[in-house]
Amino acid sequence: MTRDMAFFEFLLRMGDNTLVLGHRVSEWCGHAPVLEEDIALANTALDLIGQTQMWLGLAGEVEGQGRSADDLAMLRDAWDFRNVLLAEQPNGDFGQTMMRQYLFDQAHVLLLEKLAGSSDERVAAIAAKSVKEVAYHVERSRDTVIGLGDGTSESHRRMQAALDLLWPYAGEMFTDDEVSGIMAGEGIAPEPSSLRAAWDAAVQQTMSEATLVIPDSDFAHAGGKTGFRHTEHLGHMLTQMQWLQRAYPGARW
Amino acid sequence: MYAQMIKSEATQEDPEKLAAFQARIDAGEKIEPKDWMPQGYRKTLIRQIGQHAHSEIVGQLPEGNWITRAPTLERKAILLAKVQDEAGHGLYLYCAAETLGVTRDELTEMLLDGRMKYSSIFNYPTLTWADMGAVGWLVDGAAIMNQVPLQRTSFGPYSRAMIRICKEESFHQRQGYDIMMKMANGTPAQKKMAQDALNRFWYPSLMMFGPSDKESVHSEQSMAWKIKMNTNDELRQKFVDQTVPQAEYLGLTVPDENLKWNEETGHYDFSQPDWSEFFDVLKGNGPCNRERLAARNKAWDDGKWVRDGLLAHAEKKAARRVAAE
Repeated sequence: MTRDMAFFEFLLRMGDNTLVLGHRVSEWCGHAPVLEEDIALANTALDLIGQTQMWLGLAGEVEGQGRSADDLAMLRDAWDFRNVLLAEQPNGDFGQTMMRQYLFDQAHVLLLEKLAGSSDERVAAIAAKSVKEVAYHVERSRDTVIGLGDGTSESHRRMQAALDLLWPYAGEMFTDDEVSGIMAGEGIAPEPSSLRAAWDAAVQQTMSEATLVIPDSDFAHAGGKTGFRHTEHLGHMLTQMQWLQRAYPGARW
Repeated sequence: MYAQMIKSEATQEDPEKLAAFQARIDAGEKIEPKDWMPQGYRKTLIRQIGQHAHSEIVGQLPEGNWITRAPTLERKAILLAKVQDEAGHGLYLYCAAETLGVTRDELTEMLLDGRMKYSSIFNYPTLTWADMGAVGWLVDGAAIMNQVPLQRTSFGPYSRAMIRICKEESFHQRQGYDIMMKMANGTPAQKKMAQDALNRFWYPSLMMFGPSDKESVHSEQSMAWKIKMNTNDELRQKFVDQTVPQAEYLGLTVPDENLKWNEETGHYDFSQPDWSEFFDVLKGNGPCNRERLAARNKAWDDGKWVRDGLLAHAEKKAARRVAAE
């Protein structure tokens, strides 16, 4: 694999994570438990979609085939998506949505902090802008996980169920492979495994405050960020997301 | 216009106080929450601001319907920002209503059990992407027509909320028109979508101003109190006069055979909407009344455990802080 191929893959991983998760969060619009949450969820989705435009825009540039961020978002099929499986998991109840958000945000912020010092200036610039937004996301998702974990017995039960359900999807964020090896060698991005200890410590602290028990298993599903095997959920998301571009090819919107 | 058919309350209070109150309004003073005000003024405002707030909240749904299908990342971001603004407008308006002595939860309960209304327009479905254009252009356009004068309304918190809201609404209308431009100048299929959206949204938009209020006593009282600034007919005419040239510029046809520029009056003549349809929608028989209210009820019911959980946590935290001191 060449450097540019690896770089393209890496940028798709960044952009597809924010695209797919942003899309999921946007599904809440108008249906949140309280007005302030509607506003906050829309805000999170908006930030993630904005980051997608930057990551996928740069991916298209690096690929050099004339594909725009929109082409990449709207005209690839599921096997070409490089998001982690965690991001495509369905919203479930509000607790499941916020647990997914926290597990992701906590890794996202650690990664972006490192990427702000990337040897590639364009990556560093996108990360520097995004990290400010994501610092807020993690603060909010963390507080919500704690508040609901340590709330009523029902909210506690639901948050524990969400953690149990999503835990096997967290590990994929920290696996290394050929792409990440090349990126680390070039000083563009850290090896994902290097972020694990800090993530574990932060998550441990949060779950302890939330009175939630982290499952005693390090099993991790894989196949999202390589595109080898996504879950069945992604295809349904894409049929909705890509509908207009697919149904009216070549139209400008 | 997000508040319709607001029945204004008669008031039986000390004539001297009433006269002094009216004098303040006539002098252009703002009434603030702690000032004395007639019961009728308070009740009418709660009804009007509450209905306006509910319209913002329910109004998230027809547009939210297209967020996950927006055709480009930019369109998705703009639509998300717009729907987020609407939730924000709901929040300012509930806060304005709260200054009159009613809580947001009380107002929400009244929306959910049907005691309070929201604007009839949000009971119409959004069927194609062009509807996102039509809603911004026509629905927000009609809303602005009503809200710009309300910036001068007599009740301070309402007036201030309107000033903030109007700034954002004019952005909404522009983005709606921008979608229509793209569609009207796009492929034949896109142009067809644009015309179809105009056909479906034209008359419901005219209905937003409410039926003619020439004979309405309630309307006169609200106008004297500067809760209502213009008659429904004045605003509707203004809307038609503004919108018809915009439709012509788009190359679209307003679905009204009687639409004609009248040299004498300096206004367009136009057909009235089917008012029986309007009253049907108000009674709950619009195309989407059930879905809209069901969606809000589901969000509220499903969210109960979240609200309870966060409240319980806040109480525990406060108790721990007290115990630590």
